[in-house]
Amino acid sequence: MSTETHTHAEGAKHHGGPLIYTANLFALMFLTVVTVAAASFNFGSANVVIALAIASVKAILVGLFFMHLLWDKPVNAIILIAGFLFLGIFLMFDFLDVTSRNNYLPRNMPNMENATPAPDSMNPLKTPAPRPLDPAPAKAEEHK
Amino acid sequence: MSTTLPDIHSHGGHDEHGEHNPYHQHHFATMEQQFDTSKLGMWLFLVTEILLFGGLFVGFGLMQHRYPQQFIEAHEHLKQNIFGRPFPLYGTINTLVLLISSWTMVMGVNAAQTDQKKKTVRYLVLTILLACVFLGIKYVEYSHKFHDGLLPGIFYAHQSEDLIKGTHGYATFFAFYFMMTGLHGIHVLVGIGLLSWLVMRARRGDFSSAYYTPVDLVGLYWHIVDMIWIYLFPLYYLIS
Amino acid sequence: MERAVTSGARIGDRPRPKKNYLNETRGFKSWALTVDHKRIGIMYLVGTLCAFLLGGVFALLVRLTLLTPAHKIFGLQVTAETYNRFFTLHGAVMVFLFIIPSIPGSLTNFVLPLMLGAKDVAFPRLNLASFYLWIVGAVMAVSSMIIGAVDTGWTFYTPYSTTTSGTVTLMTAAVFVLGFSSIFTGLNFIATVHKLRAPGMGWFDMPLFVWGMYSTALIQVLATPVLGITLVLLMLERVFQIGIFDSRIGGDPVLFQHFFWFYSHPAVYIMILPGMAIISELIPTFSRKTIFGYRAIAYASVSLALVSFIVWGHHMFVAGQSQLATVVFSALTFLVAIPSGVKVFNWLCTMYQGNISLETPMLYAISFLMLFAIGGLTGIFLGTLSTDVHLTDTYFVVAHFHYVMMGSTVTAFIGGLYYWWPKMTGRMYSEKWGQVSAVIWFIGFNATFLPQFILGSRGMPRRYYNYLDQFQPLHVFSTVGSWIIGLSLFMSAAVLLASLRKPADAPDNPWGGTTLEWQTSSPPITHNFEDQPVLENEPYDYRPKAVTH
Repeated sequence: MSTETHTHAEGAKHHGGPLIYTANLFALMFLTVVTVAAASFNFGSANVVIALAIASVKAILVGLFFMHLLWDKPVNAIILIAGFLFLGIFLMFDFLDVTSRNNYLPRNMPNMENATPAPDSMNPLKTPAPRPLDPAPAKAEEHK
Repeated sequence: MSTTLPDIHSHGGHDEHGEHNPYHQHHFATMEQQFDTSKLGMWLFLVTEILLFGGLFVGFGLMQHRYPQQFIEAHEHLKQNIFGRPFPLYGTINTLVLLISSWTMVMGVNAAQTDQKKKTVRYLVLTILLACVFLGIKYVEYSHKFHDGLLPGIFYAHQSEDLIKGTHGYATFFAFYFMMTGLHGIHVLVGIGLLSWLVMRARRGDFSSAYYTPVDLVGLYWHIVDMIWIYLFPLYYLIS
Repeated sequence: MERAVTSGARIGDRPRPKKNYLNETRGFKSWALTVDHKRIGIMYLVGTLCAFLLGGVFALLVRLTLLTPAHKIFGLQVTAETYNRFFTLHGAVMVFLFIIPSIPGSLTNFVLPLMLGAKDVAFPRLNLASFYLWIVGAVMAVSSMIIGAVDTGWTFYTPYSTTTSGTVTLMTAAVFVLGFSSIFTGLNFIATVHKLRAPGMGWFDMPLFVWGMYSTALIQVLATPVLGITLVLLMLERVFQIGIFDSRIGGDPVLFQHFFWFYSHPAVYIMILPGMAIISELIPTFSRKTIFGYRAIAYASVSLALVSFIVWGHHMFVAGQSQLATVVFSALTFLVAIPSGVKVFNWLCTMYQGNISLETPMLYAISFLMLFAIGGLTGIFLGTLSTDVHLTDTYFVVAHFHYVMMGSTVTAFIGGLYYWWPKMTGRMYSEKWGQVSAVIWFIGFNATFLPQFILGSRGMPRRYYNYLDQFQPLHVFSTVGSWIIGLSLFMSAAVLLASLRKPADAPDNPWGGTTLEWQTSSPPITHNFEDQPVLENEPYDYRPKAVTH
């Protein structure tokens, strides 16, 4: 085989190695035990946060050591972080929308009985006749 | 405007002994540039995988916000009865299996980097075996769901007292469960295919310290598959 | 400035290479299995222009229907469903088969490695794979049109798209495949720009075309996967009713719009950034002047790509989004206009006191400046909540996006095609007829779409096949304009194709450009450069040099 050993094999000898990989594996398995144990306690709304925090530590360990990001050129790590960053943007804005919606239930709607009916845009010169408000729907589906 | 340099065709890809690395592609000046570029390309592809799965995570999160009660109760169906208490046995075992397979993978890359052909093959085969164990446990999980009627969408047919009438939270939960673990499982399957291809090439003697790029790149892919499961596991199996 | 001498002018007086990328190898297989970025660029050019033709036919059908409020074409009744299919297929073909893949796949593929002094893109086989994915996606899309056609609008909003009959699933699968074609192209360009620049070419020595395409590639890689998952969810909702987007089974239709627009807003920047990238080349070349504010344009390109990811909710102001989210998205939308404005001012300042010559590419570039100004400003009107409430879903929106997608991107694309035509084919086209086609394009485009701003602000809704009688004169004007556009495009096609009958003897550098692609023969040899180019000058350096002959 070719004897081009000076490009990356030299670098590989200095980076990583079975010892570090095995240590990393034990760290990851330990964190798995921790996260399963933590799940048996109820921290309320912090449950998800704690679980995701531990998962993120595990992900960082996999990225830094197994995927060599600690020893690679920084551009690779920047690419990975960018991916999570934009995913986070997607998640953040969607949650912003979903959690700040006012769900209009009939009993929350303003009383429209005496309001002026909207003009008919297809016949602007015609005075619209007032309409009675439709009766409230029979079944109200409760969405929290 | 441009000065004339020696034509790189005559020297490109050759070390001082004039030997030519057969894997050197000629639009790259050196093997190192080629290796770095291949890695960069792989990372870019992995980011697309993160965003692909990420979309499902976002959808899952938003649906969980919509049906908090039903989702929490549905989570219980992913646990097994261990000594009389619910415990996510299959999920935990699968997590450990994938973590160990990540280790065998990186050990395989290391072996290829250090010219240890037999070890490379051994670790790659181990990785494949662990991946098969993962899929086997998933098969067991899925068959339990089929048996209980906990299926996505219009196939949802579970009969129990904890089914809240008139809402769709359960069906949506299991839709996401199957979509996410299914898509993940497909990626594991593809990974097994790639690893098998690597085993074939490794046994042929293709890899060495001068060229182990495919092993490294498949390794990166495999670690992302593991990373996705690292996030999937707590969200599905550990919420209660 | 007099134009560089034509026939036979070569840099350094070297003999014209007998073999170039076009004739070095022959036969179907040498093209079908090529990994040469130049050949792949030519194949993309032919493919996407065919898609442009198909989308254009649907456009003409739409405009013909709207000649009268009676929705008839030549006496034949156009049903509502048929009309829905016309505008859906026009939109889907134009967006996914033409505008997103065209400039990256054709012009950029051809020119980018040359501009960087490279022999090819980073992953030539992936490049070919991108092209074949485009072909597969195109075949699937056309099949879906023939089998049953889609009538949901190109935006596939739920719950209509999850419940309507019609080949929605096949069309969304086609778009999924096309999405991966786009991702792989973007991935390739990012890696190429990072790793394959010529010696001496740092990031701020690159042509601005490369900066624009790099920014485009960032969006392609980061945004398109979310489109992929959106389409998968849509298909699953359609087939299995999983209950994510359809409110009757517990889903949230606005969630679909979030998913869809998270990709599709950055996607419109995938469309405009390549157009801007071309303009950044045309303006300094035909003004014989260094670009004004190189770094500002470079930073503006990247920031445009990044900021494009945080404004998607402005497509959903009246869709049922929360008020808080609406206000936040509107504020961020104003932000995204800033980099575009920086670029327009910098291009104008480049032209100021430049030695301007009005060849065909420059005429298209000047058209771009005017049409993009209108398109961009009307985007601000739509980003303003109080006006958007009235203008949304009217022809105002239609006019706005045609001014930016067609008036800007397609204008730039045609200009770039004329500009790099001598490089790609080795032939000079007939300048006079090119200039005529450019003028007719400008007239036709404005005739078609300027009236639509008026129609929209007076209340004409979009995607409607009938309308109040008072709107008819403007509709007729617009339809006649669409024929003028057709005439201009036909002329351009004739001009460019006619040039192919001449021998391939174009100069290396007919326009006096300063970027590296003009340092090699027209057309280039297969390996791009006879010697490895080394960059010696600043980008767009038009200072007078000592003439060596």
